[in-house]
Amino acid sequence: MNRIIKIILSDILKNKIVLAFTLILAVLSWSSFALEDNSSKGLLTILNVILFTVPLVSILFATIYLYNSAEFIELLLSQPIKRVKIWMSLFIGLSSSMVIAFLIGAGIPLLIYSPNAVGFMMISVGSIISIVFVALAFLSSIVTRDKAKGIGIAIMIWLFFALLFDGLVLFLLFQFADYPIEKAMVGITALSPIDLARIQILLHLDVSAMMGYTGAIFKDFFGTMTGLIISFLLLCLWAIIPFFISLRKFKNKDL
Amino acid sequence: MIEVSEVNKKFGKLEVLKNVNLSCKKGECIALIGPNGCGKTTLIKSVLGMVLPDKGTITFNEKSIKNEYLYRQNIGYMPQIGRYPDTMTIGQVIEMIKTIRNSTEVLDEDLIKAFELEKMFDKQMRTLSGGTTQKVSATLAFLFNPDVLILDEPTAGLDPLASEILKEKIIKEKEKGKLILITSHLLSELDDLITEIIFMQEGEVHFHKKVATLLEETNETKISKAIASVLKNKNKNE
Repeated sequence: MNRIIKIILSDILKNKIVLAFTLILAVLSWSSFALEDNSSKGLLTILNVILFTVPLVSILFATIYLYNSAEFIELLLSQPIKRVKIWMSLFIGLSSSMVIAFLIGAGIPLLIYSPNAVGFMMISVGSIISIVFVALAFLSSIVTRDKAKGIGIAIMIWLFFALLFDGLVLFLLFQFADYPIEKAMVGITALSPIDLARIQILLHLDVSAMMGYTGAIFKDFFGTMTGLIISFLLLCLWAIIPFFISLRKFKNKDL
Repeated sequence: MIEVSEVNKKFGKLEVLKNVNLSCKKGECIALIGPNGCGKTTLIKSVLGMVLPDKGTITFNEKSIKNEYLYRQNIGYMPQIGRYPDTMTIGQVIEMIKTIRNSTEVLDEDLIKAFELEKMFDKQMRTLSGGTTQKVSATLAFLFNPDVLILDEPTAGLDPLASEILKEKIIKEKEKGKLILITSHLLSELDDLITEIIFMQEGEVHFHKKVATLLEETNETKISKAIASVLKNKNKNE
C-alpha cells in the first residue's frame, strides 16, 4: 500500500496545484492576522476561508484528479493489487495532501497568532473538513463515468453545503419562527458538515455572545464536552460514510 | 489452468457474454477470434477481474478468482488500447510497475532491448504514437515472466518489423510451456503461432478446437481459409 501512496503523493506534488493552494491559504491567513489588530477578528476571516475555499478546492481537485487517474487505476487493476487497496491509497494520498496543504498554509499562522483552544479547534476542524470533501469527491466521481457530469455533481455538492443549506435553514427559521424549533435546529445542523464546523468554531469565539436565544441553545449543546464529541464524531461520519459508499461501488465496477 | 464456466455478463440491456464455457491448459497457444463486438475483450477482462461477471465462475489454477487478486501475478496482460498516465514517461511507467510488483524474480527485459525502448525512456506517454504505446504494453506484459500471457490484438498498430519481433517472442514463450491467449483479426499472422482456436459469435463460444482438427475437418491448409469455410457451412445450414 505504501508504495502506491508514495507514487500518488509524488504525482500530486508534481501537479503544483496543491502547492499553489498552500500558498494562497498562507497569504490569506498571514494577511488576515496581520491586518487586524485583534486576533479573534483574524480568526473570523480565516473561518470563512476554511468554510468556503477549503471545501471547494478539496472537492474539485480530488474529483478532477480521480477522473484523470482513470488510466492509472486501469493499469493498476491488471496488476496483482486488491481493488480496495487502490481506492484506499488514492483516498489516503489525496486527503493527506489536502490536509498537509491546510496545515502548512493556515495551520502555522493559526498556531502563531492564536495558540489556544480556538486555534487548535480551527486546525482540527479544517483538517476534517478537507477530508470530508475529498470523501464527497470520491462519491461524486464514482457515480458517473462522464467527467463533466462528475465535476458538475462535485460543484453542486459544494454549492449546496456552502450556500444553499444556510438559505434553507434561514428559510425554516423564519417560517417557523413562532414555534420552539431551536432544538430541532441543532439536529438539522448535523446534516451539513460545513454548518457543523461553523457552529463548533463560532461557539468558541467571543462573538457567540451575540447570537441570541438560538445561540444559547446551541451553546447548551455544542458548548458541552458531550456536544463537542458528538459533533466531531458526526464530522468524521461525514468523511467515512461517503467514502465507504464509493468503495463499495468501486469494488463492483466494470473497467 | 483457466476454467470459465457458464459466465454471463450484461452491460445494461446488451448481453455481451451468454453462458460462456471454456477451458485453457498449460502449453496451449489459443487464438480467440470472432467479429467485432462479440465479447472477446469482455471475456478477457473478466478473466483479469476488471469486469465482474453477473453469473458463472472463473477459476485460475483451480481457485475461483472472485475477490482474489494475487493470481494476477501469473498473468501478463497486453490491452488492446493501452491507456497510461499522460504525464509519465516510458521509463517512469516501467519503473512504477516494477515498484508496485516489488518482485525479486529476474525480469524479462528482452522486449525493451528488441524494441529499443531505452532510447525513448524520457518520452511522455501522451506524445507516443499508437504503435509505440503498444510496444510499451507488450514489454509490460512480458516483463515479469508470467505463466499466462493474455494479448488483446497484440500486432494491431505495430510496424512489420516490431510485429515480427513480438511474434518471435510469443513463440519463444510458448516453447517454455506457457499458456498464451491471443485475440486477433489478422488470421494469416496466427498460422505459425497457435495450437487451438476459439471462435466466438454474439457472446457465445461457437467452437473450441485444435488447429489440426479444424484443418482436417475443412480440408484446408490455412487457418483463415478453414474459418471462412466453417462460416460458409454455417450460413448454408441456417
